[in-house]
Amino acid sequence: MTKIVEPTIFELSTPGRRGVTMPAVDVPETALPPKEFLRSELPLPELAEVDVVRHYMQLSKFNYNVDAGFYPLGSCTMKYNPKINEDTCRLPGFLFTHPLQPIETTQGNLVLMYEMQEWLKEISGFAGVTLQPAAGAQGEFAGVLMMRAYHNLRGDDKRIKMLIPDAAHGTNPASVGMLGMTVVTIPSDDRGNVDLKALEAACDETVVGMMLTNPNTLGMFDEHIEQVIALVHGCGGLMYGDGANLNALLGIVRPGDLGFDVMHFNLHKTFSVPHGGGGPGCGPVGVGPKLVDFLPSPLVGIVEAETDDVPPLYGFVTPKQSIGRMKAFHGHFGGGLVRAYTYIAMHGPDGLKDIAQYAVLNANYLQARLRDTYHIPFDRICMHEFVMEGQFEGSPIRALDISKRLMDFNFHPPTNYFPLIVHEALMIEPTETENKATLDRFADVLIQIAEEAKTQPELLQNAPNDTLFGRMDEVKAARELVLCCWLPEDYEKLK
Amino acid sequence: MTYIPTSPHERDAMLKTVGVKTLDDLFDAIPQKHRFPNLNLPPALSEMEAADLLGEMASSNENVREDMVSFLGAGAYHHYTPSVVDHMLRRGEFYTAYTPYQPEISQGTLQAIFEFQALMSALTGMEVSNASHYDGATAAAEAVNLAYAQFRGKRKKVVLSPAVNPQYREVIRTYSQGLGVENVGDEATNSELGPEALIPLIDESTMLVVLQFPDFFGRIYDYTKLIETAHAQGALVCVAANPTALLMLKTPGAMGADMVVGEAQPFGIPLWYGGPYLGFFTTKKSYVHKMAGRLVGETIDSRGQRSYVLTLTAREQHIKRERASSNICTNQGLLALACSIYMSALGKNGLQQVANLCYQKAHYAASELNKLKGFKVHFKEAFFHEFTLECPQPASEINQHLLEHGIFGGYDLGQNYATLKNHLLIAVTEMNSKEDIDLLVEALKEI
Repeated sequence: MTKIVEPTIFELSTPGRRGVTMPAVDVPETALPPKEFLRSELPLPELAEVDVVRHYMQLSKFNYNVDAGFYPLGSCTMKYNPKINEDTCRLPGFLFTHPLQPIETTQGNLVLMYEMQEWLKEISGFAGVTLQPAAGAQGEFAGVLMMRAYHNLRGDDKRIKMLIPDAAHGTNPASVGMLGMTVVTIPSDDRGNVDLKALEAACDETVVGMMLTNPNTLGMFDEHIEQVIALVHGCGGLMYGDGANLNALLGIVRPGDLGFDVMHFNLHKTFSVPHGGGGPGCGPVGVGPKLVDFLPSPLVGIVEAETDDVPPLYGFVTPKQSIGRMKAFHGHFGGGLVRAYTYIAMHGPDGLKDIAQYAVLNANYLQARLRDTYHIPFDRICMHEFVMEGQFEGSPIRALDISKRLMDFNFHPPTNYFPLIVHEALMIEPTETENKATLDRFADVLIQIAEEAKTQPELLQNAPNDTLFGRMDEVKAARELVLCCWLPEDYEKLK
Repeated sequence: MTYIPTSPHERDAMLKTVGVKTLDDLFDAIPQKHRFPNLNLPPALSEMEAADLLGEMASSNENVREDMVSFLGAGAYHHYTPSVVDHMLRRGEFYTAYTPYQPEISQGTLQAIFEFQALMSALTGMEVSNASHYDGATAAAEAVNLAYAQFRGKRKKVVLSPAVNPQYREVIRTYSQGLGVENVGDEATNSELGPEALIPLIDESTMLVVLQFPDFFGRIYDYTKLIETAHAQGALVCVAANPTALLMLKTPGAMGADMVVGEAQPFGIPLWYGGPYLGFFTTKKSYVHKMAGRLVGETIDSRGQRSYVLTLTAREQHIKRERASSNICTNQGLLALACSIYMSALGKNGLQQVANLCYQKAHYAASELNKLKGFKVHFKEAFFHEFTLECPQPASEINQHLLEHGIFGGYDLGQNYATLKNHLLIAVTEMNSKEDIDLLVEALKEI
C-alpha cells in the first residue's frame, strides 16, 4: 500500500471551499460570450488560504537548501544568497513597471541595466554585453548563433564543426545540436588540460569555433590557454567560453583579455541570484569586438546624450547585424538583474577578487584534506572545484552510494557522475561562503564514509536512512509515466 | 561588504594545509600578464548604502501600482497577487534550493512541480505539461523544435498567424535559423485577416501552425475547423494562450490543438519590467518524448511512500548532449511555484472571479470608448480582456496625450502593423477600477 506523506493540492480540495476572494464587479455587467466560446468546466482545486499555507509549508520542509546547510554541488556554485537582494528586487518601482512603458518612465530600470552591461564588460574584459538571455543555456545558444552569423556574413559558410572538450557540460553540444552543426570532441590530457595535439589535428577551415569551460569541469585552469586560443583563432575559428565557472576568475583574470570571443555569465551562480529550485536563471552574454554587431536585440544604450543640466536618456538599441530576439521583452530584469546588481555593488572590485580567492582556497583545502582518502585523478592546485573518484578497490560502493550517505549527515551531495571522463565522479564545489568548521566537518564525514564503504557497505547502499524519504524507484516513474494528478474521480459527486 | 566567513587566522591555517603561502599563490596557472587585473568598478557599498541606492533607482521609475493608471498588456499583464504567494516564495527552503537532482531531499520542489504540471494540464485541457520554459515566446519556439523533431526535419514549413504576438514570432525566427525552417503566413498583407486566411498555406510540407488565443489583437476564434484542416494535412498545431482567458473560455485543447503554450506571468508573477516570467508548455501524451524541458513523474520510494522524480531525462542535454531535444536545463522553477500558489490561493472560485472582472471591465471600457467621436472598437469579433481601439490620430500621439494625464494608454500597434498606425491595443484587468476607465474616457474626450 502506497503511503501518502502529503496529499496533492488536488486531493486537498473540497467542493465549495473558498480561498482569497476578489472585489465585486464595479461596472455595468455585459453578457458573457456565446456558449460555444465558454469552457464547460474548470477542474481546479478549491481550498481555504490556511490549507494552501499548510500545504506549501509542508512541502518546503521536504527540501534541502542553502539556507539549511552545505550544498557543495560542483559547477552549480551554490553560494549563500544574501537576504538584502530579496528586498531590493521587490521594491515597488521594480515590481510594478510594465516592459512596454515609455522609456522616459523607466529610467531607473534602464540605468541599472546599462550599468550592469558596463560592469559585466569590465569584469570579463569584453566589448559588449547582452542581458537578454534567460539562463546559461540560452546564453550559450545566443553565443553559438552569433558565431554562426559571423562566419555566414563573411561568406564563410563551410564552417560546420564545433570543437568541444570531453569534459564539457552537456548544454554545449546540445546548443550546437539545435543549429544542426557537428560536434567534434577533443580529449583532455593527463593534467586535465585540452590535449593540444588533438586540438591541432581538429583545427581546419571547417571549424566554427571551440566551446571551452575554463576553469573546466575538473576544476582545472587550462595551463596552455593561450596556445589553445591561438590554435582556434589560427584556423579562423572563434573561441566560446562557458562562464559557468566564472566564480573562480573574478578579479583574477578576464576571459576577454585571454582572447575569448564570447562567453555567457550565470548570474544565478556567480552573482548570487538564488536557484529557486531550478530557476529562473539569468544568462547575459559578453562578446569581443568581432561579435558586438551580432548581439541579440535589444541592448540598452544612451539614446539622447546628456547636456549640462539634463542626464542622458537611456533606451533600447538594436545592433547592426543582430541575430534577433532571444525571448520576449528585455531579459530577467527583476528576479535576475536587480539581485545581481545589488550583489556586485556591495562587493566592489576588491570584494569580487575576495570571492574568487576564497572560493579557490576552500576547494583546495577540501582537496588537501581528502587527498589521502579518495583518489583524485587530476591532482594539482584546483580552482573553485575539484573532482574525486567515489569508488574503492575491493568495495562495491559507487559514487551514488556515497552521495546518498552524505544526506544522513545533513549535507547535500556533490555532483555525481560528471564530468564523464572521471570514473564514479564526485565533483565538489564548496564556494566562498562556507567556513572552515563546515569544511572540516564535511571532510571528516567523507573520511568516515570511506571507512564505512569498506566495513559496512550495506549502510551506504541503503542510504539515505535518516531522511524523510528513501531512494526513489526511477524506473517505475519512467515506465508508468504518471505526470499529472487530477481531481478524484468522484469529486463532482461531492458537491 | 562580502559574505565570506573565513577569519585571517583560519585562512592562514587553510593555506598551510594546502601548501601555499598566500592566496595569490593559488593562481600560478593563470598567464602572468593577465593575472589580477584592476577592475574599474565603483567601491563596495554597505548593505544600508546599497538599499538606499536601489531604492532611489526603483523610485525614479513611474510604476503602474502607485503612480500611473495603465492599460498596457500585449504579453504582460498587471494583476493582483494575493499576499500568501510571496510569503511562501520567500521561504529559503524553496528559493535557495537547486534543481531537484537528489529526489530524497527535494520532494518539496518535485511535488510542487508535479502539481504545477497538473494545474497547467487542467487549465489548457491537455494531457501533459512540462516543468516550464523561460517565457511564452520561448515556449512557442520549443513547439517548433518539437514539430521539427516529430517530422525528423522532413517537413520544413511553419505557418505563423500574423496575429501571434510579434515578439513570439521574432523568437521563433531566432530559434529556427539554423534548421532551414521556412516561416510563412505573417506577411504584412495578411495582418488583419482572420485564421481562415491561413488555410491555403497549410499543405503536406507544413510541420506546424502557430496560433494565438485570444489573438494578439484580442480576438476570440474557435480554431476547431482550422485545426482539423491542419491535421488533414498531417501538420501539428500549437496555440499560444493567455491563461486568464482560459479560466472562462473553451480551451485550445478542446479545439484539438496538439500543443498549448503560453505566458503564465498573469498568474502571480510581477510585471518586473519584463521578466523573469513563466512559459508553460502542454501537449498530448503521444508527444511527450519529443518535448523539451524537465518533467516530473510519480513513483514510490524504498519505504513505500508516494514520491516524485525528474523523469524521461534521456531526452535532456546532460544525457543526450548534441542529440538532446533542447539545451534547456535551468527553467523557471520558483515562478512555477508562484503560479501554483496563486492558482491554489484563489482556487476555482477566485480565479473565475478574476476572469469575470477582467471580462466585464474590458467590455465596459470598450463600450464607453466606442461612444467617443473618432474612436471605434476595430474588430467585430468577440474579445476577452484586450481589444483593438481605432483612434482618430496616430496611437503614439494619443499615448503622449494620455501620459500627461497619468495614463499608460495601450500598446501602439503601428510599431508592428503598418495598417494599424492609429490603433491601440487596450488591456483591462481587475486592477483597473471604474474610475480608472472613466479617467481614460474623459482624457480621450479631449482629442
